[in-house]
Amino acid sequence: MALPHATTTPPGVREPTAQEPPGAARKTRHTGGVRAPWWFVVPALAVYLFIVVVPSVNGALFSFTDWNGLRPDWSFVGLDNYAAVFTDRTALDALANTLLLAAMVTVVQNVVGLLLALGVNTLVKSRYALRVIFFAPVVLTPLVAGYVWSFLLSPNGAVNDALRAVGLGALAHDWLGDPDTALYAIAAEIVWQFAGYSMVIYLAGLQAIPREVLEAARIDGAGPWHTFRSVVLPLLNGAVVINVMLCLIGGLKQFDQVMAMTGGGPGTATETISTAIYKNAFTLGDFPLSIALAVVMTVVIATLAAIQYRLTLRKSH
Amino acid sequence: MHARYTWRTLTREITLILVALGFLIPLVGLLNISLKPQSSQSSALAFAFPPTLDNYAAAWSQASLGAALANSFFITTLSVALIIACSALAAYPLARVTRAWSRYTFVFLIGGLLIPGQLALLPLYATMRDAGLLGSLWAVIVINVGQQMPFSVFLYTMFLRELPLDYEEAALLDGCGPLRSFALVVFPLLRPVTGTVVILNAVGIWNEFFTPLLYLGGSGNTTAPVAIYGFVSQYVSQWPLIFAGLVISVLPILVVYLALQKHIIKGFAGGLKG
Repeated sequence: MALPHATTTPPGVREPTAQEPPGAARKTRHTGGVRAPWWFVVPALAVYLFIVVVPSVNGALFSFTDWNGLRPDWSFVGLDNYAAVFTDRTALDALANTLLLAAMVTVVQNVVGLLLALGVNTLVKSRYALRVIFFAPVVLTPLVAGYVWSFLLSPNGAVNDALRAVGLGALAHDWLGDPDTALYAIAAEIVWQFAGYSMVIYLAGLQAIPREVLEAARIDGAGPWHTFRSVVLPLLNGAVVINVMLCLIGGLKQFDQVMAMTGGGPGTATETISTAIYKNAFTLGDFPLSIALAVVMTVVIATLAAIQYRLTLRKSH
Repeated sequence: MHARYTWRTLTREITLILVALGFLIPLVGLLNISLKPQSSQSSALAFAFPPTLDNYAAAWSQASLGAALANSFFITTLSVALIIACSALAAYPLARVTRAWSRYTFVFLIGGLLIPGQLALLPLYATMRDAGLLGSLWAVIVINVGQQMPFSVFLYTMFLRELPLDYEEAALLDGCGPLRSFALVVFPLLRPVTGTVVILNAVGIWNEFFTPLLYLGGSGNTTAPVAIYGFVSQYVSQWPLIFAGLVISVLPILVVYLALQKHIIKGFAGGLKG
């Protein structure tokens, strides 16, 4: 097992030996005292196949059948389930709500997160305490956060009390009970909970910007706004990509907060794809419609991910 | 950028503190309401004197939160341990072996990041039901492990690719099998990324609501979020009682957060740079 070059070469330097041409060193499967056999991947691969791959493939196939989850016999029904999705009022509302919710959360959460990051990335004395406070909601159980906010937003809750206290009583109303405001109220709750997550990622991006670059901009006479737009923002591109991706995927899968705050109501005003799948499958027993809806959701997520990938690729060139 | 603490810094500081107080209102309201007498209808920010702990005792017994917290703890610990074991082990050949099978396996595993869990949901539910695993904590654990595999393998592989080979090469482990030498030499080198994987998965799994709702809902063998969900629908609008239950269910994670905040924030930030 002893390797000639491991003992003769000082640590940190890899010298190809005479018997070993330069390219071969990299091709060799294992070059050291610890081997990396192929069967190391077996446990991970097995559980991944069993929990993710096989059921996902089955889900996609079953979306073209009338499989109801119980009977072993089923037959192909072509695109009937998809036709049902695009004529079902609740399913269509769920699709529209999900896209709107994901879009709102993505935009607002990124703006708030970036502002917070810029704020705590300064010399303010309380910056460490502020980070801990802004991040705290991120670790809170989303379901619990949803319940707390549904109380704050109730007709006699703290939000309406505050509005009345500052003379804006005319604006006070039942935020979650009104179909026109319920979805926005949920979006606000999600932003409150996860703005700290975006902040932390932007903060890591800001701290990676070399001091000299900012100094150079200052010496060149750039003001704070100009520096931000032309120097800081382009260098934050990586953080923006990660944050937008996280917000989009999180927003499109939204379930917990909706169940806690409105249960999808009033009517279908806050129904999302996830709550619609859950209700269709487990309270109405309509598996075919739910599966087709899940496939539509997968296509939406994959499309948006691909669009975002293309956009950011163009931006960085 | 700002070398000294100026008036502008002070204005900024005051603004940020005000925003932070606004951020804290829901948390303060949560705690405050839970300390009020059950009949109280006063505002979330009107403080109650004297505070009472009656709600806590009532919520604890009525929502059987003790058993639910124990289940949450069991599921989180076991899921995270299995995720670490499987993903660290798998990442090693994926990062070190440059042959085609290794590259294709990596892409195949990472592809799981783009598949929403809803697609697999119903076939997986049917499989678990037919296997008689509804109501079993093991169903939730296996599902957690499978679903978290792509992201965890990704983090470990990326970290390993940056890690110099020197230590592994210098290690002369005569008579040690590959598994033992991996555990003794490689795994300790992965400590930073293991911290990130533990934090991200533990927080996510502790807070997870959908999977335990499906597999444990109504079984009397639930996790904290599912117990809370049932509790809230049972005691609609008895807010002081409900809020005491909410506080109990989030207390463990908030305590861990405050004790380890520096590591936790770093874990969340570091996990997503790759």
